[in-house]
Amino acid sequence: MDQFTSVMADNGLLVAFAVVGTLMLAGGWLSRKLTRGRLQGSAIAILLGLVLAYWGGTVTDGQHGLADFAALSGLSLMGGAMLRDFAIVSTAYGVDLKVIRRAGLSGGLSILLGVLLSFVVGAVVAALFGYTDARSLATIGAGAATYIVGPVTGTAVGASSDVIALSVAAGLVKSVVVMVGTPLIAPLIGLNNPKSAMAFGGLLGTTSGVAGGLAATDKRLVPYGAMTATFYTGVGCLLGPSLFYVVLRAIVGG
Amino acid sequence: MVIYGVAALAVCMLAGTLLGELLGTALGVDANVGGVGFAMILLILVTHQLRRRDKFPEASEQGVLFWSAMYIPIVVAMASAQNVVKAVTGGPMAILAGLGATALGFAVVPAMARIGEPGEPLEPLTTPTSDEKQKA
Repeated sequence: MDQFTSVMADNGLLVAFAVVGTLMLAGGWLSRKLTRGRLQGSAIAILLGLVLAYWGGTVTDGQHGLADFAALSGLSLMGGAMLRDFAIVSTAYGVDLKVIRRAGLSGGLSILLGVLLSFVVGAVVAALFGYTDARSLATIGAGAATYIVGPVTGTAVGASSDVIALSVAAGLVKSVVVMVGTPLIAPLIGLNNPKSAMAFGGLLGTTSGVAGGLAATDKRLVPYGAMTATFYTGVGCLLGPSLFYVVLRAIVGG
Repeated sequence: MVIYGVAALAVCMLAGTLLGELLGTALGVDANVGGVGFAMILLILVTHQLRRRDKFPEASEQGVLFWSAMYIPIVVAMASAQNVVKAVTGGPMAILAGLGATALGFAVVPAMARIGEPGEPLEPLTTPTSDEKQKA
């Protein structure tokens, strides 16, 4: 058993390829058998991944889902930011720059509106749960943007560590819900063309959520959604500790 | 050679990320601002120019297309390495804040997509599952 684990851990990336290949196979099979191909195989594979991540998290008490098993640690390399962004950039190959330029205004405004809406919703929810200080409200609002904007804002304004942890949780909820919900909601919101994909990426902003959600909906939309989503976290980190916090402090006073 | 395509992709990604970091520093935020987006635009421009001069043959193209085909598997790996437990056990406030922000974002997509010229829907996918199998 020790030898098994050490061989697996030493070849982590290869184990990840094998595991993900199996998940994709299972996803495709379930898609054909259970939904007659209506829900894409990749959407089911992503869902399976999330369920396994939950199971892994409860068993190992770690923070990286299935990757916290030593034998499966390669999953965090394969699914980590480096290879994820590398693959996202590669999807832009062959994209017509004119399409992006034409949707530029709506995409750009979507980023600002998306960040703003998340801030407001997060802060309102936090206020409903009894938080009254601008620091906590700003941090939880920022967490509703993405799980990176939350801690960045929280650290900058000096929020308490349990509030920062809550903001990360809010961001994680958003990312998971976007991954799972996008293929289901796509027909209702007209998410079937590059332009709405750019608006979608700007409004939701969570890179992992948008990446997973669009992959499960229609892979050809990925480059457009990713293009705007990539600016979202930066804009959020810019506005969270500054404008948003200052406005909140003016409203609640302190 | 395949590696030329992979290398071009890597150079675009590194340059874009660096640009995003510099922009973040210039704006005074501790985050990469648009790095992936810059990298994508660089890749589009660079490969367009190279292809026009016949300097990006099919073998080089394969180096880029391989990673494009690996995108969904990578996202599956990413999903399986998420801290889902924390999302689920974060308590009602975290769940409500995350859900609310997501629902509102979804709801506004049609309105934002209406700004400017209308978008053209993509051609419907023909049997997506078999298509995927081939790509995988």
